[in-house]
Amino acid sequence: MSRLTTTTAIALTLSAGGALAQELTFLTDSSADSVAVTEALTAAYTEMNPDVTFSIETRPGGGEGDNIVKTRLATGEMTDLFIYNSGSLLQALRPDRTLLPIDDIESFDLLNEAYVSTVQGPEGNTYGVPYETAQGGGIYYHKPTYEELGLEIPRTWDEFMANNATIAEETDIAPIAQSYRDTWTSQLFVLADFYNVLQEEPDFPEEYTNNEAKYADTPAARRGFEKLQEAYEAGYFNEDFGAATYDDGVAMVATGEAAHYPMLTFAVGLFQQNHPDLMEDVGFFAQPGDDAEANGLTVWMPTSLYAPASTEHPETVKDFMSFVASPAGCEVVNETIGATGPYLVEGCELPEEVPGMVADMLPYFEEEGRTAPALEFLSPIKGPALEQLTVEVGSGIRDAQSGAELYDQDVAKQARQLGLENW
Amino acid sequence: MRRKSPYPYWFFLPAGAIFLVLFILPTVASFYFSLTYWDPFEARFAGWDNYVQFFSEPFLVRGLTNTLVFAFLTSGLKTVLGLLLAVLLTSGIFAQGFLRSVVFFPVLVSTIGVGLLFQELMHPTEGAINLALAAVGIDGPGWLTNPSLALISVALVDVWRGVGLATLIYIAGLATIGQEYYEAARIDGATRLQQFWRVTVPLVRPATTTVIILSLIGGLRLFDLIWAMTRGGPGFSSDVLASVIYKQYQAGFWGLSTAGNVILFLMIAFIVAPLAWWLNRRELEA
Repeated sequence: MSRLTTTTAIALTLSAGGALAQELTFLTDSSADSVAVTEALTAAYTEMNPDVTFSIETRPGGGEGDNIVKTRLATGEMTDLFIYNSGSLLQALRPDRTLLPIDDIESFDLLNEAYVSTVQGPEGNTYGVPYETAQGGGIYYHKPTYEELGLEIPRTWDEFMANNATIAEETDIAPIAQSYRDTWTSQLFVLADFYNVLQEEPDFPEEYTNNEAKYADTPAARRGFEKLQEAYEAGYFNEDFGAATYDDGVAMVATGEAAHYPMLTFAVGLFQQNHPDLMEDVGFFAQPGDDAEANGLTVWMPTSLYAPASTEHPETVKDFMSFVASPAGCEVVNETIGATGPYLVEGCELPEEVPGMVADMLPYFEEEGRTAPALEFLSPIKGPALEQLTVEVGSGIRDAQSGAELYDQDVAKQARQLGLENW
Repeated sequence: MRRKSPYPYWFFLPAGAIFLVLFILPTVASFYFSLTYWDPFEARFAGWDNYVQFFSEPFLVRGLTNTLVFAFLTSGLKTVLGLLLAVLLTSGIFAQGFLRSVVFFPVLVSTIGVGLLFQELMHPTEGAINLALAAVGIDGPGWLTNPSLALISVALVDVWRGVGLATLIYIAGLATIGQEYYEAARIDGATRLQQFWRVTVPLVRPATTTVIILSLIGGLRLFDLIWAMTRGGPGFSSDVLASVIYKQYQAGFWGLSTAGNVILFLMIAFIVAPLAWWLNRRELEA
């Protein structure tokens, strides 16, 4: 069937001299933002190229979506275009075998260099273009509470804990919101601490990949687990931290039921959707380390757009990807969902007006050396049980040291699954 | 006592072929794949690594013990409560037919629905259970968020959901006991309690065997209720084998996950087969 279609397509192309109606299939994740962006970008592209139309499918996020992507790639049933994580998770797709290299697309040179390294396979080919803006991991705070108590943005962990102590003393609200029903939200104190880890241990990612450095015996890396333990032991969490959801966490810091919520900046979308009138009550700062002079933000590379090696329309697919990674593509995203962080494509501008919490994040990107990628973008290994371990440390079931040790074991599993050397 | 089958052997071929392709081959293949690191793209031979890994990880072992605790707890409660309810509901009490439907009703509701409902009811600060307790001055615990309570809470919900089926089986079992046994017992001067222990319990044994085996297998392989209520949390404290296996699969450790399935398969086989043999033997003796 497919061979027949290809043959017919070639015959038609030859006779018609190029112009040929094509329908590209597209697998996006089912979050409202992804669907909206996908619809807007494909519609814009069809408007410029009326011969090309799209058929959009959705998949769930998380582990289930992961398995759909892997299975469809392995069986050669993948859509012409799909979105997926950058960094360590991409490596599990065996990109050199399953994906279409796109190093020759027109807008390739516009891509941010640090980003490109997170969408490459072991052989050095590039496979993806950014599908959204870069994200930061840090701490949202409730501005009116800060103003009322005369608090300042903390630049060290001690200042942060001092703020929490003041909040606990002077008010009834929870100093820190935690939401462990959505277990993934428990990882932030560990993952967003990575800028601080890199300041002390610049070689950590490489040694960690080579099985030479561990979370449990590298004090700087273990700090993230310790911070979580300290915050729990001080009793700073909301009363229902074990049962609250991600939506609850966002609601708590928006309405001032909690003063802080550690989270990634993609939460801006949820703030906008659920609490549009409280947007300016919420600000954002990077998770502080122990040195006020070395204060910066841990950055998450965006979800990316990929094509499988099995696509029957490689040229059209690449042209579409080139459009997505161009200022015209970013413009479409700006108009559809606004901006939640800086773009990684040269020439892409943020809209004139961005919410205060996004504006709070931009200075980190503007000053040299105040951002660093999260570990999953510097090393191919990330242990999947981290979220359960951080729930345990954050609920007082396990201490930081033992959490870090178990995480090292979890990571070893991942390294062996990937067949890395030295493990 | 094996009777010769009235059918020629070729008659079994279609069913045999289906059984071979859909059951035997996957089972054999899973034994092989449990000895590899595999994903949809390739399989590398790993020897016993996956099994070693499985038994060396504290939270995987935790899943194993939780599974046993969960299965024996729920099976025991369902058997005892099922029998008591069945005796009550065959005693000719008021609105008997209606009450039987009420007890059986939870069996018909989707497990995921039950799980999500109880997740809300058991919310530590806003759940109906703790609000009701608070109204009488009791400070309710975090049913699903307290690590030492979460597994028990899920087990209790599973009993609520499954006891209707046990009751139904027992009601059917009680119906087969002839009234003359009770008459004879009464003439001999047996009290109500003695009738229950000496007549009902021994004679309802076939039903007991069915209830124990079914609920034990159900408990050993339970997944949906745990997943809907706690996802094995908080942390790993309510993880059972099935949820651990699913998490390993989600994480992309397909070999480890297959090894977990083999362990689950062997565990069910080694617990249930001897138990079934023992219970059935006692039944014949009785």
